[in-house]
Amino acid sequence: MGIEILIANALILLLTVIGCIVAVILRDLLAAAIALGAMSLLLSLEFYILQAPDVAIAQAGVGACLTTAIIVLTIKGTKRMEEE
Amino acid sequence: MSSMSKIVRTMTNILFPLTMIFGLYVIAHGHLTPGGGFQGGAIVASACALLVVTYGSRWVLGRIKEKRLSTFESIGAVSFITLAFLGLVFSMVFFGNFLAGSNLLFGTTPVTGSTLADFNTGGVLPLMNFAVGIKVVTGLFAIVLIMAYASSTKEWNS
Repeated sequence: MGIEILIANALILLLTVIGCIVAVILRDLLAAAIALGAMSLLLSLEFYILQAPDVAIAQAGVGACLTTAIIVLTIKGTKRMEEE
Repeated sequence: MSSMSKIVRTMTNILFPLTMIFGLYVIAHGHLTPGGGFQGGAIVASACALLVVTYGSRWVLGRIKEKRLSTFESIGAVSFITLAFLGLVFSMVFFGNFLAGSNLLFGTTPVTGSTLADFNTGGVLPLMNFAVGIKVVTGLFAIVLIMAYASSTKEWNS
């Protein structure tokens, strides 16, 4: 494994953790759902770098699309902004 | 549930056929490239979920019934286990690959060495990929559709 792959690994994992923290911090739940989708897409990129393309496709399909769709539908059924 | 804004509707009209064709490609080439029945089915179901999120569940339910989705899910499961038992009948092994090397459907023996991928290989594996794809597409689409319909009725909020 070259040094470029190592740097890309570290960068993508750092961005994944940052996406999780942003999804927890945000008060707007729709923006938090989009942050979770971006985190899941970065996670699938990490799986692809670690040479597991099957898991990457499954993560991009289920984690980034279907989970975000279900959360958006739930937000449409309830309230958008989080309360104290 | 009303439909979303014009921007979302336009992007859905552009992206829905492309996502659908990519998912069907992943299902059909499951024995050659990464992916297979579950992954391609998840991609096709996410395209259908895009349709549900954009146009609302009543618009989709006016075009396809939930009972029909349930029927197709059962057809996928039954055809998968039927293929497995046909392997037991024809080659004496459960999940036996009785079509490989028989020059029938998907039955060509692949050429050894580094060549282009031959689509007409794999025996019973592409048929099982199609069965799993039908089951996963209709199952996930029914989950998203019923959840959207249940959250759009207002009697839950009282």
